[in-house]
Amino acid sequence: MLLEKLSNARGVSGNEAEVREILLDAIQDRVDEHRVDTLGNLIALKKAKGTRQKSALKVMLAAHMDEVGLMIVHHESNGHLRFRKVGGIDDRVLLSKVVLIGKDKIPGVIGVKPIHLLKEKEREEVLEADALTIDIGAKSKEQAEEAVRLGEYATFATEFAEMGERIVKGKAFDDRAGCAALVQILKRDYPFDVYGVFTAQEEVGLRGARVAAYAIEPDFAFALEGTVCDDSPKQKDVSPVTRVGAGPAITIADASLISDRRLVNLLVETAEENRIPYQFKQAIAGGTDAGRISLTKTGVPAVAVAVPTRYIHSPVSLLSLSDFDHLVALVSKALPRLTRL
Amino acid sequence: MTTTKKNVHFPLFDNDPSAAPRLHPLKELIKKLTEAYGPSGSEQVIREMIRDEIKGLADDVRVDALGNLIARLKGSGPAPRKKVMLAAHMDEIGVMVTHVDEKGFLRFANIGGVRPLTLIGHRCRFANGVIGTFGVEKKDASRTEVEMSKLFIDVGATSPTDAPVGVGDAAGFWRDFTDLGKRIISKAMDDRIGTVVLIETLKQLKRSPHDVFFVFTVQEEVGLRGATTSAYGIQPDLALAIDVTDTGDTPESNWMAVALGKGPAIKVKDSGMLAHPGVKRLLVETAQAEKIPYQFEVLVGGTTDAMAMQTAREGVPAGVVSVPTRYLHTPSEMVDFEDVQNTIKLFVALLSKPFKLD
Repeated sequence: MLLEKLSNARGVSGNEAEVREILLDAIQDRVDEHRVDTLGNLIALKKAKGTRQKSALKVMLAAHMDEVGLMIVHHESNGHLRFRKVGGIDDRVLLSKVVLIGKDKIPGVIGVKPIHLLKEKEREEVLEADALTIDIGAKSKEQAEEAVRLGEYATFATEFAEMGERIVKGKAFDDRAGCAALVQILKRDYPFDVYGVFTAQEEVGLRGARVAAYAIEPDFAFALEGTVCDDSPKQKDVSPVTRVGAGPAITIADASLISDRRLVNLLVETAEENRIPYQFKQAIAGGTDAGRISLTKTGVPAVAVAVPTRYIHSPVSLLSLSDFDHLVALVSKALPRLTRL
Repeated sequence: MTTTKKNVHFPLFDNDPSAAPRLHPLKELIKKLTEAYGPSGSEQVIREMIRDEIKGLADDVRVDALGNLIARLKGSGPAPRKKVMLAAHMDEIGVMVTHVDEKGFLRFANIGGVRPLTLIGHRCRFANGVIGTFGVEKKDASRTEVEMSKLFIDVGATSPTDAPVGVGDAAGFWRDFTDLGKRIISKAMDDRIGTVVLIETLKQLKRSPHDVFFVFTVQEEVGLRGATTSAYGIQPDLALAIDVTDTGDTPESNWMAVALGKGPAIKVKDSGMLAHPGVKRLLVETAQAEKIPYQFEVLVGGTTDAMAMQTAREGVPAGVVSVPTRYLHTPSEMVDFEDVQNTIKLFVALLSKPFKLD
């Protein structure tokens, strides 16, 4: 399964090569052109095809390759490694996690003080990332320096696995789910040019999408995502943001974008006519490449649509494969209707 | 049972309705545009209203990919003419439904800078006309701080099935216009008052040596988004935003040397931009020549479309003329009527003659 391969691959923002190689391999037979730009975006062009009348539209589909992770910034005298976060990670999810560092996948553990030794006050405190270190078993600064260089990236050591009924767990579904969906969507032919863009550095400020959209100048843009989900049982009757298993989530507004209403309606109508389940993302939170793309040059109508993903930006996330399949079906079926807008 | 849509106005101290004074035509326009619906991203209604208002006045009118309304008045001077972009944003702050609970109460998120305390007890209106009121958990309106997540909207529904609005629907404040004579109060003065200034300027400006682009922008309140793309498209030689600004003239207010009634405020700086010195000088010289009162504005928090226009492409000389406004981002924003008229005067004078920026 491509999603498994992509989830296990390691690609913190700025270091997307491993993910890009997998994607390049997966798409090169089904696109007309592809290139890697200065920032590391993989831009694939699938030219207009089909018997139907071709349209001059340019449509950009974006999914980001990068994931949140850590970067090594200092060797401590005892051989531990100091690190900084790359992208948004809750400090509370870092404690006692196993990470893999650099190309050689050096295993490390983010150390934690045993509960026996915690003072009462310490139990209530959240330790900030700056206060934590990674233990790679080195006995000295010299040993640590030999094993890991400064500036190397670390990712969570989570292995993809299937669980329950069509549920999978793994790291980095945000946004390898979008990447895997985009590969599938590129299998089909469309009556206009489709640019499948696997972007770099989304998690640190939508950077790849910015330059890719500038070069492409699309008429419409879709961001494919793994998005926030908060559907665990709660005391209060409040928004779950999205629900796993209830279909792809269409963004009406988030912190970066107010989706183009015509594109929202296009997705809703396509879903209803094809009996594809869908939901709206029920929060104005987070941002996606679509936000940045929409502000390119004279403006681009854009929308984000996503696989609901529990526990994103943590070492392990969880999604439903039927939501994933429905996202692929929804976008593939909605795209040809763009010519009618 | 029948209902009537007509709003009957009963003066408080006078039984004769004909005694109610008719509104000044400019106030009539302000009332119409401020009362219109149009939170960020939902500018269709207000855009059509403005388009209607400027019919026949510009050489061409178009709507761009993000929904900005762009009216171009072709210059009468010899080519190459300067391109002047004037921006006033059509959108207003508001709320968007994120969840309908089992009893029909709506949870929501803010669109733009909405402060929770200013919501309690107020009403909002959705695109379909549905009006709701804001309630707070534990009925605790006495606290000085309240989180948005503790508020909800009550539209009179009893369950998700009979709720007349749903997830993703946006609402703006619902409050009518009040004429106090010298001062006027309404929701969404920010920035419908700017759109009124642009409309009136376009009406009064017989001819200009420059190509003038009157841009009614979208999504200013959520990040200057409409101005970003329209400025890129227009590539102006001079860009001016017309927006509201805060004042320091209310009891115990923060220090700010802007007051109602002292004329349009010429921006020096806000948290997003420094006005181009040449543009600032041009505005001052125009005001002085026309004997229009003016004041300088230094705004500590907040910015306007000028920030986005200033950094478009290779950079654009940009400035802002602000209408001083009390109680910003509440359902009752107050401006001075003379300030509004003077702002229009300033724009008409500025655009009527050639200028040099240095």
